[in-house]
Amino acid sequence: MSSDDRLPEIQEIFRDILDEPDLVLNRHSNAENVPDWDSLAHVNLITAIEKRYKVKFALGQLQQLHHVGDLLDLLDQKLAAK
Amino acid sequence: MTKRKGLRRKLAERENLQPIRIAVLSGSTTNEVVDLLELKLLDAGFAPTFHQSEYGRFYVDAVHDADALIQFEPHLVYVHTSVRNIQRFPPVGCSEIEFEEHVKTEINFFQEMWTSLEEKIGCLVIQNNFEFPSYAILGNLDATIAGGHTRFVSALNLEFARRAASNSKLLVQDICSISARIGLDQWFDFERWFSYKINTSLEGSHAIATSLTAIIRAIYGKARKVLVLDLDNTLWGGVIGDDGVEKIQIGRETPVAEAYSAFQQYCLSLRNRGVLLAVCSKNNEEIAKQGFEHPDSILKLEHISCFKANWDPKHENIALIATELNLGADSFVFVDDNPAEREIVRAQIDGIAVPEVGSEVAQFARIIEAGRYFEPISLSQEDYERAALYDQNSKRTVFEGKFADYGEYLDSLSMTAEIGRFQPIYLERIAQLTNKTNQFNLTTRRYTFGEIESILTDPDAIGIYGRLTDRFGDNGLISVVLGRRKNDILDIDLWLMSCRVLKRDMEVAMLDTLIEYARGMGVAILHGHYLPTKKNAMVQDHYTKLGFETVSQNPDGSAIYSLETKGFTPRNTHIKIMEPANE
Repeated sequence: MSSDDRLPEIQEIFRDILDEPDLVLNRHSNAENVPDWDSLAHVNLITAIEKRYKVKFALGQLQQLHHVGDLLDLLDQKLAAK
Repeated sequence: MTKRKGLRRKLAERENLQPIRIAVLSGSTTNEVVDLLELKLLDAGFAPTFHQSEYGRFYVDAVHDADALIQFEPHLVYVHTSVRNIQRFPPVGCSEIEFEEHVKTEINFFQEMWTSLEEKIGCLVIQNNFEFPSYAILGNLDATIAGGHTRFVSALNLEFARRAASNSKLLVQDICSISARIGLDQWFDFERWFSYKINTSLEGSHAIATSLTAIIRAIYGKARKVLVLDLDNTLWGGVIGDDGVEKIQIGRETPVAEAYSAFQQYCLSLRNRGVLLAVCSKNNEEIAKQGFEHPDSILKLEHISCFKANWDPKHENIALIATELNLGADSFVFVDDNPAEREIVRAQIDGIAVPEVGSEVAQFARIIEAGRYFEPISLSQEDYERAALYDQNSKRTVFEGKFADYGEYLDSLSMTAEIGRFQPIYLERIAQLTNKTNQFNLTTRRYTFGEIESILTDPDAIGIYGRLTDRFGDNGLISVVLGRRKNDILDIDLWLMSCRVLKRDMEVAMLDTLIEYARGMGVAILHGHYLPTKKNAMVQDHYTKLGFETVSQNPDGSAIYSLETKGFTPRNTHIKIMEPANE
């Protein structure tokens, strides 16, 4: 499974948390271009993804998340290491 | 809990929500707690508006820069601080005197804030106490020496409690316990703290919001008041209509029965602090009520304020209970082991709480407690008096180790025994005891239910049971003696007792009753038999201690003893004997 194959699942989590049922994500989506992706939503998103995939992101890793693409790659890396 | 936004929209659309303005002053980022709190309050019928201080500005916003807060006109201020917000911990090598100084300084800091809020706003303040530190630098010493952070937190929490007790405008939220229930390792989340300055894990934030909602419900008189209970497999194990009252699981005989007893005890303790109990069960009313007459049932009919057992849908019965008790069903909590019944009641009755208790009775109380449905913010005099009556455990500590001799100790236990001939309701328990008792068991003979049952109609057999209650509670049916008459001799085939009542003189009381019955049958001599096993050495002197003469002793260790019934006078002095209820 390549990291992008998880995009639909991640998109579903974003849709739920941001309450935007029609939201479409791509690798370049970020807090600037996705409506309602504020700091609380960010916490909720990260927490939900950590729980969904049973992973825990490290501090340095969290800092380097700028786009959804970064998130997908990081998730891929975490799951491969499991 | 991902779909918070949609849920919030749905909840906020409901009518008659009570507006409430809550200011949150905090030492950490509270967006998550407030987000969850908003949902839970909406669900509880409030329409909350929030004002949050900037992270870490709780003191400044309350004392020096309160304009925004005053303008917000809160109904409630929640001061949410954590162990991370303690200003100055005592140094490691500090003295007891310095320790007290540090406590005073820290408390003054908080007191200044509470006083300022009282003067400037005058509303209720909810202040949480502190969770223990995320790690104990000094290990176990951390809790004992003056330089220990754990001890410092304990001292602050104690002082918070004192201040709240003397200030009706200050309520303490017990985060010390809330965090302990979750576990400190699950409570703290360092990544979240360093990344977002959120003090707790998501689970921690949920627990805080749940507890706050309970407090706020209680403040507005919306705490729940009634626990509505199903019967079969909720208050006892089994189906009373199919199995009969003798076969339901309640009492002490099996782990499952013990768990049902513990749950009944939990329900009773809720009742003793003012929560009403009601029954809603699909059952024949007459048969259902027999469950409460079971000798091991902790709940009696008198504890049940409203009893509905019939075949109508449960939501209809709950509506009737609400009418009869003159209370809204939104103050009810419904407990049923059947998920289908839970679902129907939840869907049909607005505002009722239906916790997902599952079907494991051992978990019921924990799950109900986690919902914090019955939160009180104060207790009335009546509550205290009621509590005093039922506080058996505190008596236990008071009585320990203060006796001149053993007899005095036995007397202090206020023991009452019910000793009588076998009754149908006890047959199951008796058969079971014969099969599992190994230590205090003179012959270790095992009996089937049928064999025990046949004793009831055998004119030459005497089967007696003993139940023992003391000031700490009911020990249940704990002793069995079984004898068979041949002419004027009674052979004691079985004598057993549960080890939880060893050295209580229960065997003395059993002998008194046995001889009374034996005489009634014209028996002149009792023959006691001892058959040694690997486990029953503790009773090898049983008969000689009771005054029997040794008749014969065999090389294998077995022995026969005898006692004449003529001239025997009862010896029990420490146990009050009660006549069996339904003989």
